[in-house]
Amino acid sequence: MATLVFIFEIETGLMNSALKKANLGKNQRPFYANTSPAALKEALRKMHLVRMFEEMAEDSYIRGLTHGTMHLSIGQEASAVGITMGLRKTDYITSTHRGHGHCIGKGAEAKYMFAEFFGKEEGYCKGRGGSMHIADPETGNLGANGIVGGGLPLATGAALAIKQQKRDDVAVCFFGDGASNEGAFHESLNLAAVWKLPVVYVCENNGYGMSVSTDRSMSVPNVADRASSYNMPGVIVDGNNIADVAEAMVVATERARRGEGPTLIECKTYRTRGHSRSDRNKYRTKEEIEEWKARDPIPLFEKELLDMGIFKQADIDAVQASVKAEIEDGFNFARSGTDPVPEDVTRDVYAREIA
Amino acid sequence: MRELSFAQALHEALDIAMEADERVFIMGEDIGVYGGAFGVTGDLVHKFGEDRVMDTPIAELGTAGAAVGAAVAGSRPILEFQFSDFSGLAMEQIVNQAAKMRYMLGGKVNVPVVFRMPCGSGTGAAAQHSQSLEAWFAHVPGLKVIEPSTPADAKGMLLAAIEDPDPVLIFEHKLLYKIKGDVPEGHYLTPIGKAHVAREGRDVTVVAAAIMVHKALEAAEILQAEGIEVEVVDLRSIRPIDTATIIASVKKTTRLACIYEGVKTLGIGAEISALVAESEAFDYLDAPILRLGGAESPIPYSPILEKAAVPQVDGIVEALRNLVKGRI
Repeated sequence: MATLVFIFEIETGLMNSALKKANLGKNQRPFYANTSPAALKEALRKMHLVRMFEEMAEDSYIRGLTHGTMHLSIGQEASAVGITMGLRKTDYITSTHRGHGHCIGKGAEAKYMFAEFFGKEEGYCKGRGGSMHIADPETGNLGANGIVGGGLPLATGAALAIKQQKRDDVAVCFFGDGASNEGAFHESLNLAAVWKLPVVYVCENNGYGMSVSTDRSMSVPNVADRASSYNMPGVIVDGNNIADVAEAMVVATERARRGEGPTLIECKTYRTRGHSRSDRNKYRTKEEIEEWKARDPIPLFEKELLDMGIFKQADIDAVQASVKAEIEDGFNFARSGTDPVPEDVTRDVYAREIA
Repeated sequence: MRELSFAQALHEALDIAMEADERVFIMGEDIGVYGGAFGVTGDLVHKFGEDRVMDTPIAELGTAGAAVGAAVAGSRPILEFQFSDFSGLAMEQIVNQAAKMRYMLGGKVNVPVVFRMPCGSGTGAAAQHSQSLEAWFAHVPGLKVIEPSTPADAKGMLLAAIEDPDPVLIFEHKLLYKIKGDVPEGHYLTPIGKAHVAREGRDVTVVAAAIMVHKALEAAEILQAEGIEVEVVDLRSIRPIDTATIIASVKKTTRLACIYEGVKTLGIGAEISALVAESEAFDYLDAPILRLGGAESPIPYSPILEKAAVPQVDGIVEALRNLVKGRI
């Protein structure tokens, strides 16, 4: 396992007032003290939804029901949900090729995502995008992206628009460790820092850019180390611990909303599945994968909820059962969706049809 | 009507658009107090402030993407590339993001961004500051590519581009910035996708764009003295392309010459030739189709070679004469 640094840094003066006033008794950390049981349940529900959505998507692919490829984020759900759970609908996210979790986190429904998977008109992208471009713009999701680093300038621009329009929303940019080696990363973070844009850059560092490890591709041990080049806070969190992720995000988001500029959060995490359907796992060991599976973010979250007496096992079972039903309904909805007609291949290339 | 230069006409379009719609802003390298490398933004920063006339770091990929992201998030950004050659650094955001975002998301977002693209040779700036790359971008569905040749069209087409819901690249030939012409006052739109018959004639159709329109008009004047009447179609829009106007003109004149500054091979002349060959105008042709385009080389520095690298009036006159007289 790569060296993990589980640090949660709250910079003095940046901590939000709600956190400061929080009752930190009963050994509760700010996340549990300040998040309502309903919101905690919703976060757990979404983590299960992401997991079960991807398991069903994978199953559909193996059964030959869908084509193309997909990039599963199984093991990374705490980061997707922890980052998005406190966002408003009017906040933006840009997502990555491994974006199902971000999409659900920001508010998308599984049934329309399945419909997209099956290439149906009912899908979020009407079957034109597929897994790699899945997004619900209605919920502020500006799109998953097939280009590594593609979303970095886009989120920066969305933040620029927010500033231009004098709104107090934020733009959140998900990207991977691999994208931090792209030129777009440097240009975007520099622009955001120079212009003090309301953007939070969230690196989901799962240790590999496809097959090449961060040890072999990065000049520094942590993506967050790069933040100092842009004079912005760089925070490292345990990406498999939703409380860690969400607490860092609260600080970063409040800083952005106050107009104090961008933050880089690095979520150290792991994808337990391969890069995509073509991956035969030749670049990492079974032991490494098993070590990370033992740190699965979902049971980890559930254990904390149980230990603190916030939920009983029956509550958790009920969440799981409702998600299972939602997934089955969504799958069936999508399977019976409408196929596009070939004549529509050029529809929606332009806002107005052109000759 | 008063006369304005091409650059002044563009400036006026920016001024009108920013005055009318506070979502409109322009960003680019040295467009603030410097006024832009070619003086197009001029004093706009003093009128609209640094938040709407934004000097950017030298970061073409980042700023192009920021413009696209801002467009999707409800603003109306205009990005000035200092030279269109530098768009190579930003290809990812223009081609993979701006052009495809609407389609990939099922038509649920608009990307109303404008990229201003100073282009062309003739300034002695050599290979990396002199290209005409409009055909590259015209190959990409989702983009619109326009190339005005007159000050009046520069203003009307830039305003149309700013109001367009899709990404538009406006190519501005650098030698045109100083030319003058009548420009209507106030707000007006010159539609994107419509060619303009700049000169009527019965013997040969020249389809040209940007500075080549002016060279073709000069050639037409010379040939008129020899009794050859040249019709000059100012293309104005590369994507979408005005097939109907081109076909109608060729049916009338029965001869076609495509004249453009971009490299001849696989350039816009290939597309124009093909769309005529595919149409009913093919049967009307009395001569092979002629293409005059840029040389198969980078733009050279030497003034002799630089002239030789793109079509010039003398060469155009000779080629059209030969075409009409059946010598090719």
